[in-house]
Amino acid sequence: MSYDVPIIEGEAEVEFAGSSGAYPLWEVFVRAARGLNHVHAGSVHAADAEAAVQSARDVYTRRAEGVSLWVVRSTEIHASDPHDGDAWFDTDHPYRHPTFYDIPDEVGHM
Amino acid sequence: MIDERPPLVTFLLRIADDNLVLAQRLGELISWMPELEEDIAIANLSLDHLGQATAFLGYAAELTGTSDADQLAMTRNEREFLNSVMVERPNGDFGQTMARQFFVDAYQAPFYRALADSADERIAGVAAKAEKESRYHLEYSSSWLTRLGDGTEESHRRMQAGIDQMWPFVDDLFATDDIEIQLRVDGIAPELVDVRRSFDETVTNVFASARLSVPADPYQRLGGRRGFHSEHLGPLLAEMQSLYRAMPGVSW
Repeated sequence: MSYDVPIIEGEAEVEFAGSSGAYPLWEVFVRAARGLNHVHAGSVHAADAEAAVQSARDVYTRRAEGVSLWVVRSTEIHASDPHDGDAWFDTDHPYRHPTFYDIPDEVGHM
Repeated sequence: MIDERPPLVTFLLRIADDNLVLAQRLGELISWMPELEEDIAIANLSLDHLGQATAFLGYAAELTGTSDADQLAMTRNEREFLNSVMVERPNGDFGQTMARQFFVDAYQAPFYRALADSADERIAGVAAKAEKESRYHLEYSSSWLTRLGDGTEESHRRMQAGIDQMWPFVDDLFATDDIEIQLRVDGIAPELVDVRRSFDETVTNVFASARLSVPADPYQRLGGRRGFHSEHLGPLLAEMQSLYRAMPGVSW
């Protein structure tokens, strides 16, 4: 993808690599308040970790969404296989929930 | 025109106009940055400066009995703007934009820090908030100076060229005159000597890690704080003020 960049007099013309190809992708995690977990917010492209944290600050916390940021290279994230969905997640195991069991009255408040 | 104003108003306009003009310059870049991340970063910078301008103009408007900040921003002409000539410099390439931003940030961070102790509580309050913003701005622009200055041959060449282009306008950031003397005596305006010392330290440190050097040419262009501007401010104001002047009192 190319951009029509305004050329200043005396300035050499530059070719831009484009926004997606040049920099690696980083996943961004934002902690909304002290005591809460960092939660995935999205991703940014950046040349290194320092730039990624800075971009994450500008892109994902500009409306006071957080008090702390983590970034991690997207390639470092290993995910479950979506094709395993049925076998892994779509299972009906009501007895794994404590509410499945009737508690005798004698036990009282648990 | 300037001399008819109370000194405090002149002082407020000098701070406000730095921010208003820089906000407009940075706003010109929105949607033009090569990366989405930097586009948002530039927009954030612009909005921070606009917010600071609004706060100082609002106070100036109250003191002068002008209706509001918008009227001060949109109906004054070029000669009545009291920003330093630095902030009206055109964006140029990214190296020039960052050089201008770095010099403004390195000035504003210690300036606001000192201004947060102002005897005028209203000013102190605005400065305390602005100081936090300017510290982040300085971190952002410093990291780009280092990244580009200490990067490739081409990025170094452009970053140094940006520094060379903006350097002649550094002293105008610190320019002051008799109008501010009493404000300094009253503890309303800060001592600029201390601000300049902090600025010089920042420049020395960042230039060292960015492999950048201070230009040898000592020429400095002054006058912005008294309304003497370069050829670049007029077109900027024409664009910024066109809507308001076509429809006075319009809100959007």
